[in-house]
Parts: sequence; structure tokens; C-alpha cells
Amino acid sequence: MATDHDHADHDDHDHPHPHPTRPDDDGALSYYQAMEVAVRELLIDKGILSADDVRRQVEDMDNRTPARGAKVVARAWVDPQFKARLLAEGNPAVEEVGLDRGPYKLVVVENTPDVHNVIVCTLCSCYPRWLLGLPPDWYKSRSYRSRMVREPRVVLREFGLDLPDNVAVRVHDSTADMRYLVLPMRPAGTEHLSEEQLAALVGRDAMVGVAVPAKS
Amino acid sequence: MSEAAALPALFKSGDPVKVRFAHPPGHVRTPYYIRGHTGVIERLCGNYPNPEELAYARSGRPTQPLYRVRFLQREIWPDYSGSHTDTVDVEIYQHWLQPA
Repeated sequence: MATDHDHADHDDHDHPHPHPTRPDDDGALSYYQAMEVAVRELLIDKGILSADDVRRQVEDMDNRTPARGAKVVARAWVDPQFKARLLAEGNPAVEEVGLDRGPYKLVVVENTPDVHNVIVCTLCSCYPRWLLGLPPDWYKSRSYRSRMVREPRVVLREFGLDLPDNVAVRVHDSTADMRYLVLPMRPAGTEHLSEEQLAALVGRDAMVGVAVPAKS
Repeated sequence: MSEAAALPALFKSGDPVKVRFAHPPGHVRTPYYIRGHTGVIERLCGNYPNPEELAYARSGRPTQPLYRVRFLQREIWPDYSGSHTDTVDVEIYQHWLQPA
């Protein structure tokens, strides 16, 4: 959206000039929004939950970030035994680094020089939220969900990742009770970095598989 | 069979399987694009209540074995343009699978 100029206040000049606007969110509640409000109020009235419980859950949800997944990846890079346990059974392994084991079974898939893994949920937006936070909008888009299984190499190129033909692209469609985390390859030239410094190289997109971590 | 029973797993890793080509109404968890295709069991994930029953507030029991099945992209999309080694793994419940 265009603006005539940038400024902090309006005290020293007359309008009009265009400002970026966003429509006010004051339409009628949808059926399910009204249902959510009604159920929440009933639960609070009946003393089953408090308003603070609800607020705390929302805050917890918003505090989950990809830094959690990055911690798991960095540990796997520095500790081969941990990596073996993580690949064999994800949930107890993430507990070892001090994270919640999570509400779903975790399957960790490892990138190698021959295999690149990428995650999609064609049916909805299944995502390991307890390790990566809320999924990005593109992950939930119909375009990503349909095209990632149909032409993954084209989609990956649009993300800036051009894989040679000798690397197999392994798409994982998260349709049921598993949740997936990609274990990217450790970038070359990072032998001197600490586990914490390594974790800082691991972004969300690398753990979904639409990018690979770079040396920095 | 009791309500709590778990259905036994009929397949093991490496078994070739074919996804039923079916179009049941309602909540279905096998994506359309994979129905009728043949793949290989990558692993057994465990037993889970059938989500196609849970969706209607039924118990989902006996629980269904859930598998990850690996398909070659070239098998799913005859005009697939990527490498012939590219694959897609899909989670599929046992009642959608038959021996291939």
C-alpha cells in the first residue's frame, strides 16, 4: 500500500493524504467463533477452567518457536549416539534435550548427500507445533499442499533450493498420527562451532525441508 | 472382539501393498491422489483409533494399524518430471491397504 510520506504524527499539517489501512475486524462472529466464546464462558462459569488458564495456554502456544527444533538438530549434529536414538524414536529423544515429548509420535527424517526430505500435509496443516511453533501461512496454503506432492522439485526451486537429480527427493505427507521433523545436514566448515552456535544456524524452513542451513 | 482390541498388523516393512481405490462418503484420511496406487511398507507406526470413525464421535476401536507407505513419484504421476528415485511417503491405515 502506498503512502505519500512517512511521519510519526499529524499535528503539523492538514489532511488529506492516503495512509495504509487494514479493515477493522468488527464483522459478526462466525458460527464457530460464537461457539468458542460460548463454550469458553461456560467452562469458566462452571469453574472447570479460569480465564487465566486460557490466557496462559495461548501465551504458551505463542512462545513455542523453531528454536526448540533447532536445539534438537544441533544436539544430533554433535552427538552421534543421540542422533541414533532420535532417528529410532523421536519423542523420548527430544525429552533428553529438555523439551516436551509432545502430543504426537515424532518421526525424524535425516537428510544425507543422497536424500533430501520435505514435509507437507496435503489434507490440512499437520505440523510439529511443540517443536516449531505455529505453521507458516504458506504451509497451510492449497498451493503448497497440492504442489509439494505433485512437483516437489519445482516448488523447492521456488524456495531457492535447486537439488541435483542424483539427490532423491523424499516427500512425507503427514496425513495421520505422525508428526515430522527434518534433520538437515550439518553445513561444512562448522567443526569449530559450539552446540549453541550450531543451533543458531538452523531455521524453521530447514526443519520443514524447503531450505538447507548455511554456514551463517 | 472387545471394544478395546487392537487389530493385528497384516503387513511388515518391505511388503508391497495397493491402496484401495474407493470413494466412501464422509471424513476420509487417505488422500485421493494415492488411491489405487502401489507402494511398499516403509514402517508400521503403531495402532491408532480409526479417525474415520472418531470423526463421528464413535470410539474408533478396534484400533487400526497405521503404516508409512512409500510410493515412487513416477508410479503416481506418469508425467513426473523429477528424478526416478523421488518418492512420497504417506501414512495409511490398514483398512485402506491390500496385498499387491
